[in-house]
Amino acid sequence: MSFLELTGIQKHFGPVVAVEDFNLAAERGEFVSFLGPSGCGKTTTLRMIAGFEIPTAGTIRLDGGDITNRPPNRRNVGMVFQSYALFPNMNVADNVGFGLKVRKRPSDQIKKRVGELLELVHLGKMGPRYPYQLSGGQQQRVALARALAFEPEVLLLDEPLSALDAKIRVSLRQEIRAIQRQLGITTVYVTHDQEEALSLSDRIVVMSEGRIEQIGTPFDVYNFPTTGFVASFVGTLNVLPAAVVESGSGRLSVGGQEFRISRPVEARAGETISLALRPEMVTLGTGPEGSNVLRGTVADVSFLGSIVRMRIRIVDGVVVTLDVFNEPTLVLPQLQESITISFPAEGPLVLESVPVPVADVLALEA
Amino acid sequence: MRVRRRPTFAWVGVVPFFLFAIAALGLPVGFLVIGSFQNADGDLTLQNFADLSTGTIPRAFLNSIEISLVTAVGGGFFGFLLAWAVIMGGLPSWIRSAVMTFSGVASNFAGVPLALAFVFTLGNLGLVTKFLFDTFGLSLRQDLGFTLYSKTGIEIVYFYFQFPLMVLIIAPALDGLRREWREASENLGASAFQYWRHVALPILTPSILGTMILLFGNSFGAQATAFQLTGGTIEIATIAIGRQIRGDVLHNPGLGYAMAMGMVVVMSVVITAYTWLQRRSERWLRS
Amino acid sequence: MSGGVQGLGRLGIMASWLKPRPGSEGHRRRRGSLVAWVILIAGVVYFLVPLVATFQFSLRPTPTTLAYTNVLNDPKFSGSLLYSFTVAIITIFASLAIIVPTAFWVRLKVPHLRTAVEFVTLMPFIIPAVILVFGVIRVYSAKPFVFTRTEFGSDALLVATYVVLSFPYMYRAVDTGLAAIDVRSLTEAAQSLGAGWPRIIVRVILPNLRTALLSGAFLTFAIVLGEYTIASFLARNDQFGVYLSLLGQNKAFEPAAVSLISFGLTWLAMIVIALIGRGSRVTVVGAR
Repeated sequence: MSFLELTGIQKHFGPVVAVEDFNLAAERGEFVSFLGPSGCGKTTTLRMIAGFEIPTAGTIRLDGGDITNRPPNRRNVGMVFQSYALFPNMNVADNVGFGLKVRKRPSDQIKKRVGELLELVHLGKMGPRYPYQLSGGQQQRVALARALAFEPEVLLLDEPLSALDAKIRVSLRQEIRAIQRQLGITTVYVTHDQEEALSLSDRIVVMSEGRIEQIGTPFDVYNFPTTGFVASFVGTLNVLPAAVVESGSGRLSVGGQEFRISRPVEARAGETISLALRPEMVTLGTGPEGSNVLRGTVADVSFLGSIVRMRIRIVDGVVVTLDVFNEPTLVLPQLQESITISFPAEGPLVLESVPVPVADVLALEA
Repeated sequence: MRVRRRPTFAWVGVVPFFLFAIAALGLPVGFLVIGSFQNADGDLTLQNFADLSTGTIPRAFLNSIEISLVTAVGGGFFGFLLAWAVIMGGLPSWIRSAVMTFSGVASNFAGVPLALAFVFTLGNLGLVTKFLFDTFGLSLRQDLGFTLYSKTGIEIVYFYFQFPLMVLIIAPALDGLRREWREASENLGASAFQYWRHVALPILTPSILGTMILLFGNSFGAQATAFQLTGGTIEIATIAIGRQIRGDVLHNPGLGYAMAMGMVVVMSVVITAYTWLQRRSERWLRS
Repeated sequence: MSGGVQGLGRLGIMASWLKPRPGSEGHRRRRGSLVAWVILIAGVVYFLVPLVATFQFSLRPTPTTLAYTNVLNDPKFSGSLLYSFTVAIITIFASLAIIVPTAFWVRLKVPHLRTAVEFVTLMPFIIPAVILVFGVIRVYSAKPFVFTRTEFGSDALLVATYVVLSFPYMYRAVDTGLAAIDVRSLTEAAQSLGAGWPRIIVRVILPNLRTALLSGAFLTFAIVLGEYTIASFLARNDQFGVYLSLLGQNKAFEPAAVSLISFGLTWLAMIVIALIGRGSRVTVVGAR
């Protein structure tokens, strides 16, 4: 039996279905992310684990015990809120020690524990400060220390970094992961930022419109997305509409140009299917023996720092994005220039039979 | 690049405002201030302020202070409870808007109509008076020793605008109690009582205190209600000053001005204390 | 009754309408608290009983509507309503004429004078009505400003004093309204399109301030209607509050009728403000 189990969880708000058929078994010490766009139900599910919402159906078990209906102040889970929610009338030390104070621990014990935790989050001297005197990143660390002080069994984080600057976000998320590893605490992390989810998690739960799209390791979710939504939400993606020339040998064509893919094609000749192709699979030029080659014109060149992102128009409505590492010797192509790109036959994935509308996906990818 | 320095006369735009303020506010108040330092012959003196401790004046101020304290604390306490009840007490949400609108009306219902309404309620022929007598044989005056035309009566009437004032002013503060604080405290294991004791009430205390101070000032400066109610028989500061205006008292205008100054000083202290408490609570909540 | 400090209560209503309310969903109580109901009912009883008593009193004469018919037929009643109404309108316009340009100017041209202006507008909170009228009478019944001797002079003094009383909420309303519409950008846009100052104020600023202006106006109206202290000391017997007081000293049942009518009128004004305010909240939030 797993440490944290959600079985058949549903949540309805009147006629609105916020979460449908959510199942998850998380192991002790595992770092699981809920990833998805706004309104997908990830925060609602987190709040059900915390006890602020009661599931309409389903059960939540923690270390074997059923906590589905237990009030939030008796669940022994620690939550870090998106807005930090530090108590403004208390200084940092009192905030961190609050969980212990309400459990009636002796004050010298509280003091010691608070000191330990402030050290853990690198805020050792900040005890006497008040929240309004701290920066956003510091407040978030206090919130983390506060949630961990009473040694909860599970740590919940609700988009804790979304209000912070990009640089702080990156360094703070690494700190969070390091602390989590050090303490070995089971953690559920809600975010809409796929980079965060990919870099932090042992496993990711990708959600959309209240349902789970896919659960897997970051590697699996990124490289082997099982649905069009996952493919488009996680990482950038090219979606190619391709006409089937011959399904048995995987021959397809786009814009009059033929190419092959190695994955099985179920549609019949003449039908159109959607392919997912990662930019990093595409290279300039004709590539190694056996690669597919397509000709097109340069639609856009964007310099993004360490990489250069190019968009190549194969035919009207079909634009392929590819990334090239930036180096000083690089000669960037001109707009409207004719150009050749290539990708391996193993590159494209066939998206599910219910295709994501191309326009939507391209918009997402931009 | 040439920088042209032209004398700015931008402040001219606010001259009408300040002119009017001087005419309608500055001059009258200035007159009172200066007059309080003058005796009947026009010489400068502090005698007026010394005279504040004579006659019925100390009693008047003390009565005002007593009434204001009672209605500030009582009004603040029950007003807070009422605000809590409609905002956070789990009552249907239309009740909140109804109570807020009514509070807006009731806090305005002071003065003559209010006094009259309570005469009709608790006066000698009042509805409640008769009800108590007819149903329980209780006479307000004989058995309960109560008359409306007393300090207690004034206090009861004053509550009618003190409660709503508290509700209106404390409502935003209650709204400002963020949901996450409650959730965070629950998450950390606190009961409802612990949440209120350690988080909510401490956060609200500056606002509550500040508003009570405001209520004090409100009551202290009120005149029409008490005058209509008691005809001036109960000695309070504003009525005493009113008498000075009418010239009912002895030919000592300076004394009247000194009394007015006394009131202004009290009100200034009130406003300063309120502002200080407001700043303090805003600083906490700024994040 | 002082129009002063308790005006902050009115500011309270206004503040909650002119600012978008923070997204507080209230606290989800899992039970409709019994304690809350008890408190509410106690409050309702305290507030309603006097009104009921007044109503009942007004119906005591025979026939039951006699008090009301007497009042409505009394020329003094309609006269005083008309008088107070007129005074209110004049006060509102005068107050707006002073406040709107001033608030506009402070925001745009002389922000460093803001504290001075705000201090002045908050004076009614420090100077109760009775003290203000004390000073006004002393200054303006002596040479060289002998205004209190004439009817017109006293009326003018009344309006002027009421304008002062209206400052706190008028200024607050207009100022908040200006803040919400980002008056600086609007003005600069209008100027770049070639508009002159009068046109800017009339065509650009005022229409966007409609809600704030209306709220301020109705609040001022409610104050003027209920005011007694200043009017009585200025011997303005036609003022509604003074009329009611005199009535209360002379008659038994008519005052009850008038009290209720005045309560009803104030209630009406407040509902109108609430309705105006509701509309504004939507646009203010949307503009953000």
